[in-house]
Amino acid sequence: MASVTSVVLVEDLVLLRDGLTRLLSTNGFEIAAAVDTGPAFLEAVDAHHPDVAVVDVRLPPTFTDEGLHAAIQARHRHPGFPVLILSQYVEQLYARELLSDGEGGVGYLLKDRVGDVRQFVEAVQRVADGGTAMDPEVISQILARRSRRPQLAELTPREREVLALIAEGRTNAAIARSLVITTKAVSKHIAHIFDKLGLPPSDDNNRRVLAVLAYLNSNT
Amino acid sequence: MSIVPTHPLSKRRPASGGRRVAGRRTWAAVRCAGGLLAGGFIALAAIPLLVLGLGTLVISPLGDLGAPFLAVTTWLVRPLARAERLRVRVITGVPVAEAYRPLRGSLAARVRTLLSDIGTWRDLGWLLVQVVAGGVGLAFLAAAVVGPLFMAAVPAQFLRGAGDGKVLELLPLGAFFAAVGWSGCSPVAKALAALSGQMLEPDETARLRAQMEHLAETRDETVDARAAELRRIERDLHDGAQARLVSLTMSLGMAEEEFDRDPGAARQLVVEARASARAALSELRHLVRGIHPPVLTERGLGGAVEALALASAVPVEVDVALDERLPAPLESALYFVIAEAMANIARHSEAGWAFVRLWPEPGKLRLIVHDDGHGGADPARGSGLRGIGSRLAAFDGKFTLSSPVGGPTELFAELPWPQ
Repeated sequence: MASVTSVVLVEDLVLLRDGLTRLLSTNGFEIAAAVDTGPAFLEAVDAHHPDVAVVDVRLPPTFTDEGLHAAIQARHRHPGFPVLILSQYVEQLYARELLSDGEGGVGYLLKDRVGDVRQFVEAVQRVADGGTAMDPEVISQILARRSRRPQLAELTPREREVLALIAEGRTNAAIARSLVITTKAVSKHIAHIFDKLGLPPSDDNNRRVLAVLAYLNSNT
Repeated sequence: MSIVPTHPLSKRRPASGGRRVAGRRTWAAVRCAGGLLAGGFIALAAIPLLVLGLGTLVISPLGDLGAPFLAVTTWLVRPLARAERLRVRVITGVPVAEAYRPLRGSLAARVRTLLSDIGTWRDLGWLLVQVVAGGVGLAFLAAAVVGPLFMAAVPAQFLRGAGDGKVLELLPLGAFFAAVGWSGCSPVAKALAALSGQMLEPDETARLRAQMEHLAETRDETVDARAAELRRIERDLHDGAQARLVSLTMSLGMAEEEFDRDPGAARQLVVEARASARAALSELRHLVRGIHPPVLTERGLGGAVEALALASAVPVEVDVALDERLPAPLESALYFVIAEAMANIARHSEAGWAFVRLWPEPGKLRLIVHDDGHGGADPARGSGLRGIGSRLAAFDGKFTLSSPVGGPTELFAELPWPQ
């Protein structure tokens, strides 16, 4: 078992910063630093070499999307550096930007999800391990759009459920648990989905997630 | 040789160009002749009104009969003046503003407004000018038409032996009329139109007054819309997030009581509390999007419209050609106009494709929202289109909707943008 996962927390609201610090440290994470601006975040990453950063989108001084820019910059400096973005709302546009470098270790969740402690902690750990955690709302936004691809319409309702869970970043075991089916059934669904969408089959969970997200996110 | 294919083309060009110039000249002649003719008709219609107006001016001191009579006369002048404004605009290309004071209230009040409006008296002055100018125009036109007829008729008469040598002397006269008539037609038509345009153009006070009335009207609309918006937000908060938070507090309070007695029940209450909190957050998120979408704050109009397009059920191409952020109120108004247009496309058009284009031009911003749906959208129906109108009106902007049955539908908006 590796050492404790260290986290840099970037959140400007004291109430939420303290709450997240408490939540993560009681669940076995080590808080390397808790800061409130983009530049301080980049400094903390250089100083502490954390395993993952949890970043609020909106930060001072502009209170726009500074957190997102800082996260992209951090990943530019340290390719693949795991970042979990938290926001009061999710925007497909931002998800696309986060995913554009094609590397794993990306999360984008609504702040509401913090309420489900177990799932949230799992998501932080998954991102720290190089996996993906996309908010179900991002996925449902993408799937709700009348698709430019007829292939999506060929999926059965069950296959669509599985596709949404893959896109969120769940493992086969987690998908099986969530849908109350066997992992073998999950594998079969996934094989069908990849076949219908014309995606190359892959056993690497993370590569699979990125392929699905890239597929869903593309416009053409 | 390589130049061979281009040779015929280069030869053909001047010929077709020449034809085009000739075509343009003919068209210009027809247009100015039509303009003079129309001006003459308007002058003919102006004569009885002028007589009526001057007549009532003479009898008006005699008693109560004068004022209403004069009012009716001047009221009849207005449609004629409107026709003349249109004619002047067609001929000179310069629009002539109309700035009468709005007629409201009782009949007596209307009559009073009508008679105290400086535009009414300018119109009477215009009648006089129009009668003269229209007559001059008709005379000119007559020369232009009669001259050539003369030229054709005289030799014919001469050949038949009906006239003597003297008839031939009239030939240069005909040629002179024809030449003056046709070459002078366009400038004369323009000069006469400009003259009557000047008479009809409202003076500064009238224009300012009309502008003020317009501003007051759009301000009222904006204030009303703002108030309605606040009422909606208040109601949404009251029935939504606030109610959820109350229920959350209740669940937590009951859980506190139950902890010692029945931990299982307490846990259930905490789960319910969390569900309430989650629902409240989701409702607040919805509400915030409706007030001012965060992505608009963060990315400006271009990014926000792109986000809208990504979430749209219909594929939408976005081209927002702005180098800088617009002022926040304008940004927000345009965002909601585009959002409304895109929602209409998704809801009604059955379009397979749409595009949004926003670009600056000197002094204004232009917006087009186009879809390839089945068309037939009626701007008179639907509060959404009314909302678009009032949002734009707050910035002196306006929009038109073109939606023939069978499509495509195109919303075209324009607003002043001093840049």
